[in-house]
Amino acid sequence: MIVELGHFALVLAAVVALVQATVPLIGAHYRWSGWMAVAGPAATAQFLLCAASFAALTYAFVTSDFSLRLVTLNSHTLKPMLYKVSGVWGNHEGSMLLWVLILALFGASAAWFGGNLSTTFRARVLAVQAAVGVAFYAFILFTSNPFERLAAPPMNGQDLNPLLQDPGLAFHPPFLYLGYVGLSMAFSFAVAALIEGRVDAAWGRWVRPWTLAAWMFLTIGIALGSWWAYYELGWGGFWFWDPVENASFMPWLLAAALLHSAIVVEKREALKNWTILLAIMAFGFSLIGTFIVRSGVLTSVHAFANDPERGLLILIILMVFTGGALTLYAARAGTMEAKGVFGMVSRESALVLNNILLAVSCFVVFVGTLWPLVAEMIWDRTLSVGPPFFDSAFSPFMIALLAILPIGSALAWKRAKPGRTMKTLWGALFLSLVLAALAFAVQTETTILAPLGAALGGWVIAGAATDLFQRTGRGALSVRLQRLTRLPGADWGKALAHGGLGITTLGICLLMAWQVEDIRVAQINAPYEVGGYTVILRDVSEVQGPNYYSTIATIEMQRDGRTVAMLSPEKRVYPVAQMPTTEAAIANGFLRDLYVVIGDPQADGAWAVRTYIKPFANWIWAGCIIMALGGLASLTDRRYRVAAGARKQAPPNAGVPAE
Amino acid sequence: MMRLISACVLSLWMVLPAFALDPSEMLADPELEAIARKLDFEIRCVKCQSEAIASSNAEWAVDARRAVRELVAEGKSPEEVRAFFLERYGEFALMRPSHAGSNILLWLAGPGLLLVGLGIAVVYVRGRARAGTVPEAALSEAEQARLDEILNQK
Repeated sequence: MIVELGHFALVLAAVVALVQATVPLIGAHYRWSGWMAVAGPAATAQFLLCAASFAALTYAFVTSDFSLRLVTLNSHTLKPMLYKVSGVWGNHEGSMLLWVLILALFGASAAWFGGNLSTTFRARVLAVQAAVGVAFYAFILFTSNPFERLAAPPMNGQDLNPLLQDPGLAFHPPFLYLGYVGLSMAFSFAVAALIEGRVDAAWGRWVRPWTLAAWMFLTIGIALGSWWAYYELGWGGFWFWDPVENASFMPWLLAAALLHSAIVVEKREALKNWTILLAIMAFGFSLIGTFIVRSGVLTSVHAFANDPERGLLILIILMVFTGGALTLYAARAGTMEAKGVFGMVSRESALVLNNILLAVSCFVVFVGTLWPLVAEMIWDRTLSVGPPFFDSAFSPFMIALLAILPIGSALAWKRAKPGRTMKTLWGALFLSLVLAALAFAVQTETTILAPLGAALGGWVIAGAATDLFQRTGRGALSVRLQRLTRLPGADWGKALAHGGLGITTLGICLLMAWQVEDIRVAQINAPYEVGGYTVILRDVSEVQGPNYYSTIATIEMQRDGRTVAMLSPEKRVYPVAQMPTTEAAIANGFLRDLYVVIGDPQADGAWAVRTYIKPFANWIWAGCIIMALGGLASLTDRRYRVAAGARKQAPPNAGVPAE
Repeated sequence: MMRLISACVLSLWMVLPAFALDPSEMLADPELEAIARKLDFEIRCVKCQSEAIASSNAEWAVDARRAVRELVAEGKSPEEVRAFFLERYGEFALMRPSHAGSNILLWLAGPGLLLVGLGIAVVYVRGRARAGTVPEAALSEAEQARLDEILNQK
């Protein structure tokens, strides 16, 4: 019964969305305030109905209702509760439901917190947001219904893929969707602005928090996925340039570009056209990502619920929305003129360069991802575009971006004096060169990657710190340190996000340059050396878990005769899903991770053991967390709550403001 | 294309945690093994989903790794090993696409767009810089009246 109610609520939500997508739009056109006022309550109702539907599906998973096809395919009574819940979105149908739920949530938040938007604009934003919703409700109800029943329910389910039974991965999809779908808000604002025919500083200020939130969630989602791959796949890889990963990375790059260009709109009323285009493209790439993941046109290790027919429908949704928005853009963009005036050397120009580099790097990822498809269709060439391509084609743009970042972010608005800007940055530059020299000196092999990464990472981190300190103005050190705590959230956000990027850069470069891999047959209690550590396999035993069997090894890691870690890598077999998994054991450290994996038994009681020394591994994800915190700090900035200036835009039919 | 699709339809999360390279496959000489290990990441397992032979457990990958090691042990250079796979399994088996033929578009896509972007940006920024030298349009009558009103209030 509850399941049927959930299904019914979903249908109702779709109907409400249809009303929300049309009535306010017509109302805004004819300035009928009654029709426009429909948008707010409709957005709330749509969200509540969708939430009820999602709750019903969750209920079915929690109570293991195997009369539901989806639950049978993805759950099992023995599964721990956390994974029963995460099983809701660990499959195609459920994850699409989560997708629309988040879409409705963002729409409803725009209704709840958008009180300072002008009436027509608010109505249009909510209508566009609902229109995207309608398409996805239809997609779910007609092709991917999660509430389908089975005529003959089985006694037990087929279990969720054991690899997905992991805390990191349980929360990876929701964060990614919050990011993907969050960009729909920027899209709705862009389309509403095109319909309205005006973009001003206030628009920039409205779009930015939504984009910030989306970017922050994407950062967390991508980091969680990468972290999961690192500890779960058994060899410590953290990024594979796989089509599905690229699908989440492209919107991230464009969201980062959008964040920066919206600042120019907000502060200087320039770059309006470009910002609108970016907002459309960023969400367009979210949809492309959905298409790549769901359609299976590209071979990916993720290949998740592939179905060419569903893929085609998503392609149609993608074409209707981005195509429609771009047509509208072509017709309307000419009317938005820039106001701000700035010189060749200025913060504005630096942000333009930032946007070019981010957009071009996104384009490289896009071309590389789709190239196998294009080459096969046009030239009949079957080829692969793997990590070596991305490493050499993508990295130069990132290096350029990191190199200009501290300078650009320190330049003054309008017209900057390069000499004066550099004066504050000599310290950071010196520090980065020292770090590069240090990296060069300590490394055993001659790689360019480690010194380069140390220099760039150090430069960006020190640059961010310098920038933050410069914001405290002049005076005694103690006074400036005191002022540091009172700086606006946006200043902290900028420094944290840039610093986090520097930390991630350091982590990636040093890890890739210096990691050590050792694969060998280890005898029990026979020590051997790997990268300065002594590894001793102490013991191997068999254990039974809640829904798996496990082989656990005990491995001692010593350095200079002292034990630094006792590690217990496992090899599990999940009998229901009939799948083996490896559980690497990792001793996390500030400067390095020790990473061991147990393999197959060998002759005379020996075991295959893999040992990795992963220098600076944690810096990669620590940097991501700091970047996301930067987004959060920026979101708390006072000006978004006060929204100064936004209130001045009285609705056109509100009469003459009282003096 | 159809082959790609049908290969995918079968799979639901094909990521298998891989022990991959087994100690028994490895070359005794650590230097040669290091060369072979590097090559493992450049050769694609043609029976897998977008994976290099380095991390795959598939039988094909195991055989490919063995072939790489045999060739390296014979003293073949990395280029010769890549050429060996190119000849037998086509471009599909190489993770790094060549620069030959239409692939030049792939490699030049980024630099090309960068040049275009920079060109547009320079024109735009110049326009913005020049806009500063042109005086702002005078206030309209209504604006001037409102301004006077505000100023007179003081």
